[in-house]
Amino acid sequence: MPNDSRFRRLPDPGRRAVAIVFDGRAVQAREGDSVAAAILAAGIAVTRRTPVSGAPRGPYCMMGVCFDCLVEIDGMPNCQACMVEVREGMRVRLMAGARGPGADLQGSKADD
Amino acid sequence: MTERVPLVVIGAGPAGLSAAAEATAAGVETLLLDEQAVPGGQIYRAVGRANPDRRTILGADYADGAGLLPVLKSSQLDYRPGASVWQVTPEREVFYTVAGKATAVRAARMVLATGAMERPMPFPGWTLPGVMSAGAAQILLKSSGLVPDGEVVLAGSGPLLFLIANQILNAGGRIAGLVETTPRGNLARALPYLPGLLRLPAYLGKGLALLARLRRAKVPYFRGARDLTAHGGTQVEALRFTAGGRTHELPCQILLLHQGVAPNVQITRALGLTHDWDAVPRCWRPRLDAWGGTELEGIAVAGDGGGILGAAASAHQGRLAGLQAACRLGKLNEAERDARTGAHRRALSAQRAARPFLDRLYRPAGAFLDPPGETIVCRCEEVTAAQIRGFVGLGCLGPNQAKAFGRAGMGPCQGRLCGLTVSEIMARTRGVGVQDVGAYRVRPPIKPVTLAELAAMDEDDG
Ligand code: FES
Repeated sequence: MPNDSRFRRLPDPGRRAVAIVFDGRAVQAREGDSVAAAILAAGIAVTRRTPVSGAPRGPYCMMGVCFDCLVEIDGMPNCQACMVEVREGMRVRLMAGARGPGADLQGSKADD
Repeated sequence: MTERVPLVVIGAGPAGLSAAAEATAAGVETLLLDEQAVPGGQIYRAVGRANPDRRTILGADYADGAGLLPVLKSSQLDYRPGASVWQVTPEREVFYTVAGKATAVRAARMVLATGAMERPMPFPGWTLPGVMSAGAAQILLKSSGLVPDGEVVLAGSGPLLFLIANQILNAGGRIAGLVETTPRGNLARALPYLPGLLRLPAYLGKGLALLARLRRAKVPYFRGARDLTAHGGTQVEALRFTAGGRTHELPCQILLLHQGVAPNVQITRALGLTHDWDAVPRCWRPRLDAWGGTELEGIAVAGDGGGILGAAASAHQGRLAGLQAACRLGKLNEAERDARTGAHRRALSAQRAARPFLDRLYRPAGAFLDPPGETIVCRCEEVTAAQIRGFVGLGCLGPNQAKAFGRAGMGPCQGRLCGLTVSEIMARTRGVGVQDVGAYRVRPPIKPVTLAELAAMDEDDG
């Protein structure tokens, strides 16, 4: 499947193909891929736009630290794409422009 | 009813797996929670399912991680992968979510083995898509067999940078440049501590072998690089920097950054434990006793979350924490416990002896601790270094106030990525020590949790 991904896959016999739907388009992932890995392999580099200036961001850390990979998975917003493995038929959507998890649900209130 | 378990271990990297191995061997029922889908932590990520070809690319040290996995077969172990821990209380309750279902357990003892995170490397342009941490590229290779296609540039400092460059070459990747930012004066400051490093003779040999390989592959190598800026539109296109008195521009499709690692202190911070500022490696670490015990009874830390010592040391610390837990839970007496600790303590002392040299050699350049004004420091809320200095001018004394002044640290990552930088900038601007400025307070939930998950948990309880 030709695409403009900045990554290519090493041969990996034994790992099954997994079909997911990304923003309405079919994407072939592999068993064991995180959602973030699958979308990078499919040529999608921008996972969100910042709420302040609309600047593009893509996955940065791949280990759950930066939260630049937040996407909607099967209807659930604010999922860390790098921390969730793909499942057959999974529906992934970008959350362009949306502010991440509300301050109410995360312990990041201003204090002092 | 909250379920009760004798021991909860959080994190299935070298420290957590080793703690679980000792505890279960002594007959302690252990619950092992890990955020990843497969065991190994970041260092041995996906080692259990790596094919022989992948193990060759990643090297023998990685393949050795498979030796930590047999504990997963123990009948005393309840291993739950994909578990996102969002709250831990001083009373040793643990709240976590697996596949959208939230659960609470109460532990008689706990071992926190949450490891390290890569230190931020802020400079203008580091927020562009296509710029990633070097560790991120390694994770893509380990978990998914993805290699950067096209020109890759690696920039920063630290042994991991050379390891990852080698792994990318092994996997057939093209490296357009290795741009080392280690300040030139570091080596002279490190040299007096060389005898400590020589207690780990293999370490030096491996480092030299990695360098030799890069030289053979004719990877363009720039030293003492400064004034880094990344350029591009919606994705990175080039890295610009000065080195050897000249300005260079390297076109690239992927730019990988590394500036060493720092303890992941999110849980120990949320517990309100005392953290000391480690002035040489520039990071915080929780205050621990010789067994990894914290100020809270029954809660221990093992591995890099308590201070960076690396994977081998983490496994030894995990063993000690596991033995101590088994002893306190009445499964080993003190004599039995102590009989098993000698080798671990000796190995740890050699690993510790190497740190003063390594920490000085790879101390980040000042520009990445206290970056140029236009640099975005808080990636989530787009707060720049100049803005943070401005907050100080307006009377803002520490990171928690900076949240109110300009939303720094209030985005989805909760200050995980900008915390170290914000504390450093404020300390330097105020002319005081980082310990005096402090760090972001961490409030639960420390990972996103939905109201639906919370509601479902209440129903289960009722
Ligand atoms: S890429 Fe950083 S949290 Fe997912």
